[in-house]
Amino acid sequence: MYTILKKEVLTDVTKLMVIEAPHVARSARAGQFIIVRIDEYGERIPLTIADYDRAAGTITIIFQELGKSTKQLGKLAPGDTLASFAGPLGHPTEIGNYGTVVCMGGGVGIAPIYPITRALKEAGNRVISIIGARTKNLLFWEDRMMSVSDSLIVCTDDGSHGRACLVTEPLKELLEDKDKRVAKVWAIGPASMMKFVTLTTKPHAVPTIVSLNTIMIDGTGMCGGCRVLLEEGARFVCVDGPEFDGHKVDWDSLLSRLSFYKDEEREAVEYYEHKCRIDGETMKRRK
Amino acid sequence: MAELKPADRMKIKRHPMPNQDEHVRRGNFDEVALGYAPATAREEAERCIQCKDPKCVQGCPVGVLIPQFIKALREEDMVQAVEWMKVKNNLPAICGRVCPQESQCEGNCILGRKGDPVAIGRLERYVGDFELAHRTCPLAKAPKTGRRIAVVGSGPAGLTCAVDLGREGHDVTIFESLHGPGGVLIYGIPEFRLPKGVVHNEVNYAVECLGIQIKTDHVIGRSYTLDELLAEYDAVFLGTGAGLPSFMRIPGINLNGVMSANEFLTRVNLMKAYQFPDYDTPVKLGRKVAVIGAGNVAMDAARCSLRLRALAAQKNAAGEQGEVHIVYRRSKDEVPARHEEVEHAEEEGVIFDFLTSPIEILGDEKRHVRTLRCVRMELGEPDASGRRKPLERKGSEFDMDIDTVIMALGTNPNPIVFVDADGLERTKYGTAVAEHETGRTKKRRVWAGGDVVTGAATVISAMGAGKRAAADIHAFVKGESRWD
Ligand SMILES: Cc1cc2nc3c(=O)[nH]c(=O)nc-3n(C[C@H](O)[C@H](O)[C@H](O)COP(=O)(O)OP(=O)(O)OC[C@H]3O[C@@H](n4cnc5c(N)ncnc54)[C@H](O)[C@@H]3O)c2cc1C
Ligand SMILES: Cc1cc2nc3c(=O)[nH]c(=O)nc-3n(C[C@H](O)[C@H](O)[C@H](O)COP(=O)(O)OP(=O)(O)OC[C@H]3O[C@@H](n4cnc5c(N)ncnc54)[C@H](O)[C@@H]3O)c2cc1C
Ligand code: SF4
Ligand code: SF4
Ligand code: FES
Repeated sequence: MYTILKKEVLTDVTKLMVIEAPHVARSARAGQFIIVRIDEYGERIPLTIADYDRAAGTITIIFQELGKSTKQLGKLAPGDTLASFAGPLGHPTEIGNYGTVVCMGGGVGIAPIYPITRALKEAGNRVISIIGARTKNLLFWEDRMMSVSDSLIVCTDDGSHGRACLVTEPLKELLEDKDKRVAKVWAIGPASMMKFVTLTTKPHAVPTIVSLNTIMIDGTGMCGGCRVLLEEGARFVCVDGPEFDGHKVDWDSLLSRLSFYKDEEREAVEYYEHKCRIDGETMKRRK
Repeated sequence: MAELKPADRMKIKRHPMPNQDEHVRRGNFDEVALGYAPATAREEAERCIQCKDPKCVQGCPVGVLIPQFIKALREEDMVQAVEWMKVKNNLPAICGRVCPQESQCEGNCILGRKGDPVAIGRLERYVGDFELAHRTCPLAKAPKTGRRIAVVGSGPAGLTCAVDLGREGHDVTIFESLHGPGGVLIYGIPEFRLPKGVVHNEVNYAVECLGIQIKTDHVIGRSYTLDELLAEYDAVFLGTGAGLPSFMRIPGINLNGVMSANEFLTRVNLMKAYQFPDYDTPVKLGRKVAVIGAGNVAMDAARCSLRLRALAAQKNAAGEQGEVHIVYRRSKDEVPARHEEVEHAEEEGVIFDFLTSPIEILGDEKRHVRTLRCVRMELGEPDASGRRKPLERKGSEFDMDIDTVIMALGTNPNPIVFVDADGLERTKYGTAVAEHETGRTKKRRVWAGGDVVTGAATVISAMGAGKRAAADIHAFVKGESRWD
């Protein structure tokens, strides 16, 4: 059992939690992830390690309430426990000094891009960051991102905050600006956002690293459910990734695989909410 | 019963295993084979002619004392039967259920030359189940030695090694990356063949009696590296198995509806997808399922598919039962799965397509599988392995109407444990190099055994390897054997 030590509400649907998990904290690094299972009935879901504290033995996760598992997780409070918490998994981010780099976070992807941005800044890069979300209420950590970037561009789809555009628009301007000389781009967010970022950088031949969020089960290379098609063949995101050269990813295949369980995901939420209603409370745990 | 003459014994017919009716069982996940009743077990035991030079024992990878345990059973001394069993085999309730007896103990039984061999596996299961229910043979722990041993992986190899070392009084910790112990026994082999209660019971008993610690959610190679374990423990045993699935190199493997047998079986067994939405993990199966391959893994995937189809049909009156195919490129004679499983699969309604090999998977506009394109095969001359090589029949291409493809083509060693494990030599297949007799690897104080060394093999061979390594580790940490 792993205890939730702290909880912070970042937006209506985005929560931060600090979890006591010394076996993960002792070797965790930016870019890696964990697999969490809430209770005996739970599924195993991957979440990025947003931060860690080796001395305290804690891991910070940030998640967006999308379906059954993340909604249930969001209802838990400090003192509650999680049944499993495995990791750290995947390869850490490779950090170097490349010159000018662009770090992009979309939606909940702002959380995992933050430690990478901080590390790139510390390694001496000139960092331009772009963060975006559908609407103002889904944005968070603008201040934190500012503190580790040389400049920050904020966008919302509906224009409720910052520029009214998709994150690819300022990216395109930066790439076309010959003075900026962008050497490398990192993008984390919904798969469709990462796809369009790579389509934007491709004509300029700027290397683009993405962190793929496929459906996973074990997270240790045992099921192949997380596989993604790259130019050179199929790869397992949990052991070979999660970061890949975005220009080699077959995005349409990835997007269709992400949607394969849509009906069941909807059924799981309906079933959960129905049970919560008949139990007459926010059912934290089933009996 | 009066003492029988060998000739009389040989007249007794082998007793069939009582099974759940095939029409009922294809709609549930309960155990298929119900086990012998006491009287049947004793009568079956009467068939053994107590050979002076028992060939059956030579066929068993761990040399179970077969005539001894069978004699005790028929003399109704179950406590003694359990004791004979436990000399060589810690987990008879498991082996009795899953060993490929026809190619091991029973394949060698002298009665098999003329008629049917003694049902050694079924008697072993009977003894194992008696022990589970009565615990007559407590696991005793020797005085504490103060030696600390790390066992990585909690499949049959790791569990056996841990139990044997625990009995010697060592302080044993098992590290397991999944959320529960048992390895393939819990994530691969389905409930209807090996009830998870049996595995949990064995594990919990060993943990209680011997004070073995199990640290789940610990991924060695990531949470701790091998070298970090070596700094804290006197010896490390690797029983990490071979769970990395391979996919055929044909077009279409990334379509929706194509999965490895490991993904499918993990969803169904470990995550209990057959109880979705009570359990959160779903599994999506089409109307027409093709399982590629014909080993135990393929039979398990096919039979789980049948059951899921039947459950879906029960839930939704309009739901169809659908079809489940086994697609195999050789013929029935070459099928590597246990005979009993093939028989059960046939009875339950799995359709076998022999001498058939897929060449392409085709999908619809939504990238969902719709067609499995195959060719017919014929068998040529025996190859290096002695098996006849399948050859493609020119111009025999044809299409099967299929919407789920499950690949059961074999697996390779789990890779993560080898991260930062300098000096641990591996073969070109990714398996760890280790001595057969001792389990010693090329890295000092690291032993290995089971599928991680042999590639995908059997439960009993993994247990045998765990046992041999435990004996050598014990000698080493006590200073009785050197490793320079
Ligand atoms: C390596 C890795 C790291 C991840 N890190 C984080 C993280 O730090 N924070 C976080 O919030 N999420 C992260 N994810 C995604 C997260 O695992 C999923 O959001 C989660 O599994 C959803 O579970 P659920 O039961 O709540 O929703 P589900 O019922 O599984 O899904 C609900 C809805 O969300 C959609 N959906 C599901 N998964 C994704 C996805 N990956 N991307 C976009 N839409 C999806 C579904 O299509 C469905 O419509 C990560 C994924 C991977 C592979
Ligand atoms: C579906 C299926 C059906 C089968 N049916 C039969 C049968 O009927 N009869 C038979 O004899 N054999 C059968 N087998 C084969 C048999 O199960 C295996 O040969 C046997 O389980 C191997 O045991 P093991 O201990 O070596 O490895 P495993 O059982 O694979 O256990 C390895 C364990 O190590 C863990 N692990 C891996 N990497 C790490 C790491 N880095 N850190 C921590 N832990 C790790 C894994 O999670 C796993 O729990 C079947 C196999 C499958 C897949
Ligand atoms: S362990 Fe397996 S092979 Fe050996 S006697 Fe028992 S059933 Fe037969
Ligand atoms: S070979 Fe057959 S008959 Fe002979 S001892 Fe073994 S089980 Fe009994
Ligand atoms: S999640 Fe199972 S192999 Fe990656």
